[in-house]
Amino acid sequence: MNAETSSATNATPAALPDETPMPANRLRRKDLVGIAELSVEEITLILDTAVAMKEISSRSIKKVPALRGKTVVNLFFEASTRTRTSFEIAEKRLSADTLNIAASTSAVVKGETLADTVHNIEAMSPDLLVVRHSSSGACHFLSRICRSGVINAGDGMHEHPTQALLDAFTIRERKGRLAGLKVAICGDLLHSRVLRSNVLLLTRMGADVWLCGPPTLVPTGFGQSGVHITSSLDEAVEGADAVMMLRIQLERMLGGYFPSLREYFNVFGMTVERVRRAKPDVLVMHPGPMNRGVEIASDVADGPDSVILDQVANGVAVRMAVLYLLSGGAEHEAVA
Amino acid sequence: MKRLLKGGHLVDPLQGIDGVRDVLLDGDRVVEIGIDLPVAADVEVAEVPAGCVVCPGFVDMHVHLREPGQEHKETIATGTAAAAVGGFTAVACMPNTQPVNDSAAVTRAILERASLVGSVRVYPIGAVSKGMKGETLSEIADLREAGCVAISDDGKPVLTALLMRRALEYAGMFNLPVIDHCEEPTLKGEGVAHEGYIASMLGLRGIPATAESIMVERDIALAEMTGSAVHIAHLSTRQALRGVWAAKARGIAVTCEVTPHHFSLTDQRLTAPIGYDTNLKMNPPLREQADVDAMIQGLRAGTVDVIATDHAPHQQDEKHVEFDRAPFGIIGLETAVPLTIDRLVHGGVITLRRMVQLLSVNPSRILNLPGGTLRAGRPADLTIIAPSVSTTVDLSKSKSLSRNSPFDGWSLRGSVAATIVGGRTVYVNHEVPGAAVFGPAAVRA
Repeated sequence: MNAETSSATNATPAALPDETPMPANRLRRKDLVGIAELSVEEITLILDTAVAMKEISSRSIKKVPALRGKTVVNLFFEASTRTRTSFEIAEKRLSADTLNIAASTSAVVKGETLADTVHNIEAMSPDLLVVRHSSSGACHFLSRICRSGVINAGDGMHEHPTQALLDAFTIRERKGRLAGLKVAICGDLLHSRVLRSNVLLLTRMGADVWLCGPPTLVPTGFGQSGVHITSSLDEAVEGADAVMMLRIQLERMLGGYFPSLREYFNVFGMTVERVRRAKPDVLVMHPGPMNRGVEIASDVADGPDSVILDQVANGVAVRMAVLYLLSGGAEHEAVA
Repeated sequence: MKRLLKGGHLVDPLQGIDGVRDVLLDGDRVVEIGIDLPVAADVEVAEVPAGCVVCPGFVDMHVHLREPGQEHKETIATGTAAAAVGGFTAVACMPNTQPVNDSAAVTRAILERASLVGSVRVYPIGAVSKGMKGETLSEIADLREAGCVAISDDGKPVLTALLMRRALEYAGMFNLPVIDHCEEPTLKGEGVAHEGYIASMLGLRGIPATAESIMVERDIALAEMTGSAVHIAHLSTRQALRGVWAAKARGIAVTCEVTPHHFSLTDQRLTAPIGYDTNLKMNPPLREQADVDAMIQGLRAGTVDVIATDHAPHQQDEKHVEFDRAPFGIIGLETAVPLTIDRLVHGGVITLRRMVQLLSVNPSRILNLPGGTLRAGRPADLTIIAPSVSTTVDLSKSKSLSRNSPFDGWSLRGSVAATIVGGRTVYVNHEVPGAAVFGPAAVRA
């Protein structure tokens, strides 16, 4: 992919140094709060841009000045290692000044409201806020009240758009397309923001999405989102091009959603035998962190079909793309 | 002083009147209804403007006035001022104040305050259980003696079937209705929005329709068992409505109310124009289209007895937070009548006569209030509406202390022209041509 194939039109970006060809466009938006708001063209633009960004990470000097002078605040109200690290590396490779704020060290514990916390940070003129929060919709709320751009790094059970983008990037990189592929997503569907973003993205890009999990962990009415839902893992995996496992948290068992982790693995765990039902070149994916022996057997997680660590690597490229496309040329609209 | 409202269109279902009548008031009472009543020398005459409709005073049987204890959200003065603007001549206030209205002392304090600063009549509703804890009955005889017109643990369901049974049996001896906020707590869980496709996509914890209907069915069974009257507050689901319909057909003493937001909004609005707008967070939550359709059908057919607002003021700071952290509830006193006229009357769902039943006759009957009709001798509580005059909701002008409404900026066809309580005009809408004849308004707040 290059600039010619993207839906690029007018805006010329501040050129990256050296020979890297960059898609000539920006996201014409202040924030990335969810896949729900993105068009097919915007998703394609991000994925195309990530191709160029991935190359940067393979260089000996892994840094370009695209975000020099920009301040990015990683505001994490919920614990995260993978996503926060991924964003931070992405920001640093683009030369942004970055700052990490974790909720446990912030004023939140002193009873300050989210709006006040963020207004205080905004007073110091950051350009972008990367936000993770345990409340669904927190990033929508912040995008309305903030001047800075807001990137959703996971809001409650709602969306985790950069995860879905990196998943799509990983699939597209291996399969060359998304349209027409059968993608099975299995596990705790109810509480998963990864699921919601992936369903929105994959269905929008024309994939055939199958969801599988115990009925107690299937969100009500989800069939309306244009997916197949089954409680048979075999049916979901049959002929799949990609199988994505979602994390099962111990709390869900305590919450009465299923009787035991043992039984969960017996019914819904991804084993080598089950993977054989998929296409021979199936991709086994997991957004992490994994519970080995609960939703996925170790020999699958570490097996030849697994692209789990590629997902992590691609996460940096996709986040670089999002940061780049949202920051550079975007003239932030005034917020009422 | 005598006052003659001349030439207006009077809708008074209990007298079978739906046509032009003069209404003669003397002090705080209605003295005569008739066609072309003679004008005596000592009578002040108000020519009712063309297009205005004179109705027995509207009663909102479900409001939260927040006083005592949460006067930063609302007070008896501001809440009743909002009621006057909204065309309500009386409100019944829920007991979830601080302290809870579970004793005659609190009831008397509310009534005393209302007599000093209230713009409209205030009828307290006492708590079913002490502290609304769902354990032991409040002193219900005492509450009634002090002036409570019903009992409820609103905000919460009456917790156990046993307590509900006893409340119905005990309150039944005073002919005092039990009003229940129907919600099965374990099914509701930590839910914040209607369980369905929208909440699922937004990642909001769901409150299933069944959480409501299962409790409504419990209450119906207990009303049948005890023979006492139960009133279902803010009914919102088609499943629960079916239960009420079937119970009524069996002759069980069950009545129910629906709020304007549950007949005019669906959960779809949580996605746009403002995603996760906390002014759309209320309990019960906005349901789906099939439920709104059912509410409208119930309002038309008579299964629904009452339109009540569940006016629930919260300060802006409290709502300016993450969706799941915001308190439940919206204000509704000033928008209920315009929404009812616009959506239901002009929408071809109900007649003016049915509207008066929903807003005046039925709530008065359920709570055993003296209103609901302008028969001679009854209190001079009147709501005069201008069904064809449009109004634009402007929260900045609200009389309420709070602004938590999703209807700001809505243009609605249907206005309140004037509100008269005990012969005293408490609100005149100068946007309605000719309404000045009802004034001047003596609003206290």
